[in-house]
Amino acid sequence: MARYIAKRILYMIPVLLGVTLLVFFIMHLAPGNVAGMILGENATPEQIAALEHEMGLDRPLLVQYFDYLVGLLHGDLGTSYTTGDSVTNEIMARFPYTVQLTLVAAVVSILLALPLGILAAVKQNTWVDNVSMVVSLIGVSMPIFWLAVMLILLFSLKLNLFPVYGADSWKSIVLPAISLGFMNMASIARTTRSSMVETIRQDYIRTAYAKGLSRKTIIMRHAFRNGMLPTITVIGLEIGQMLGGSVLTETVFAWPGVGRLMIQSVEGRDTPMVMGCIILMTICFSFVNLIVDLLYGAVDPRVRTMYR
Amino acid sequence: MNSSARPATSEELDFLSVQKNSQFRETFLRLCQNKAAVAGMIFLVFLILLAVFADLLFDYQTTCVDLNIAERLQWPSAEHWFGTDQFGRDLLARVVHGSRVSLSIGFIAVAFGLVVGGILGAIAGFFGGAVDNVIMRLCDVFLAVPMMLMAIVIVAALGASMVNLVIALAISCVPTFARIVRSAVLSVRDMEYVEAARAIGVKTGRTIFRYILPNCMGPIIVQTTLRIAATISNTAALSFLGLGVKEPQPEWGALLSSGRDFIRDSGYLATIPGVCIMLTILALNLLGDGLRDALDPRLK
Repeated sequence: MARYIAKRILYMIPVLLGVTLLVFFIMHLAPGNVAGMILGENATPEQIAALEHEMGLDRPLLVQYFDYLVGLLHGDLGTSYTTGDSVTNEIMARFPYTVQLTLVAAVVSILLALPLGILAAVKQNTWVDNVSMVVSLIGVSMPIFWLAVMLILLFSLKLNLFPVYGADSWKSIVLPAISLGFMNMASIARTTRSSMVETIRQDYIRTAYAKGLSRKTIIMRHAFRNGMLPTITVIGLEIGQMLGGSVLTETVFAWPGVGRLMIQSVEGRDTPMVMGCIILMTICFSFVNLIVDLLYGAVDPRVRTMYR
Repeated sequence: MNSSARPATSEELDFLSVQKNSQFRETFLRLCQNKAAVAGMIFLVFLILLAVFADLLFDYQTTCVDLNIAERLQWPSAEHWFGTDQFGRDLLARVVHGSRVSLSIGFIAVAFGLVVGGILGAIAGFFGGAVDNVIMRLCDVFLAVPMMLMAIVIVAALGASMVNLVIALAISCVPTFARIVRSAVLSVRDMEYVEAARAIGVKTGRTIFRYILPNCMGPIIVQTTLRIAATISNTAALSFLGLGVKEPQPEWGALLSSGRDFIRDSGYLATIPGVCIMLTILALNLLGDGLRDALDPRLK
């Protein structure tokens, strides 16, 4: 198992290097002159050239990339073009907010999705199944940002229950977490249902019934654990999607996380900041995928034996 | 001998009629039995017709671009079914013209992703070895970044415009299609009929396009439908963030974004474009699910 984890972490290194290379070169494809943009319209060519030299932008792109990489290995993501502060410090100040939002949204979506999916499968082709699947289908199809706007309209502006934006109290996280978690809840519920429907038709479930076990034990102990693998995959994928979706949710609710910082940096053409945000989110995404793979082993003994 | 020379009766030829049913026809008939998928299909056809004939229904310049401040922010009425926006323009006209923008971006980006990703995936799956390794590791790099973030990075680099939006979304589709086509090709690569094609000297390109790809179209068709839904949603999201289609060109995400500023008193401005996005994605999802069932040989 330890060997497998080590192998997976080692495999992540070339992928992450590839990501830094890709993002670095895409960001430097951007038309326009960064030094000129920082100095404003009245800057002379000499001033622009001097600033470019100072920032190291006049060196070949590959040299700039290797410098960036060396900095990255030391935890230094460069200096923001707009604020002049350290990118690492700024991102680290915002990161806890994104983690908090993603975790709350994930917990909300899992807690709602699993019972919904299991209930739909157990009560297949009844009204319970139909209602839960219609809710899931609508959830999958609803754009996150639209749901966010609708939640603000109803709960903040009409009912005055939650704040429109900010991160001042526990109330502030309720609407962003619902809007981020709802779509994921729908996907997880759909997968749980289809996997459970298949599992409860297996011979070993019939055997469990024949042995006289209670329905609750059969569903939770025999069917649920065996039907969990696809659900775990989807939960992992959805947490990755949440990192992408947090950009939208954080923008709508002015939540001070990394997603919002990234959009602000895109608008300000702050290349180091955008790169820092993307790299951090990619690392998180890769680790979530790793954890999902490891969870397979925890849930399924067949997978566990493959690691040995 | 005489009996073998006589023309066959219609009963005797019945077995031929089974062969006449093409796979496409069979799949379509099975799809038609799924009410939800049919509803999705009808809605999509209606939407495509609206997009194609948008100019006949509403003149673009007078209804979608020209300002009419006297009629600004009017709630839905008999005259303006979806109300008017902050510049007095008819929201229904803008939504109808917006469908043209949203659908065309979705379809073009996915078509590009499908062609490029499909070719890469087919090459990787068919040849295997080092070629497969290089292509798949490149895909791993792209897939390591969430699709939405990758699209944001590309638009940020190229600048916000409709063409750049299509490029960004198309590029972010490529690795997904490459993976799906690769695994589909791998599943049929070693079948006898492919071996037979090779044995009679069919060229590699023809073997892939004539014998392999048509036999693994099921997952590709399903994924294309679902990917169009995701791309339309991402188009709207990027326009919503100000990184996509710009005013005065109507696009559903951009309409929603500009309606957000008037949400307190004119909630319909943000609600209606959102409902359009949701119904379109819902229709595509229903069709995708229906196609998945119709193409699944286990459910035949």
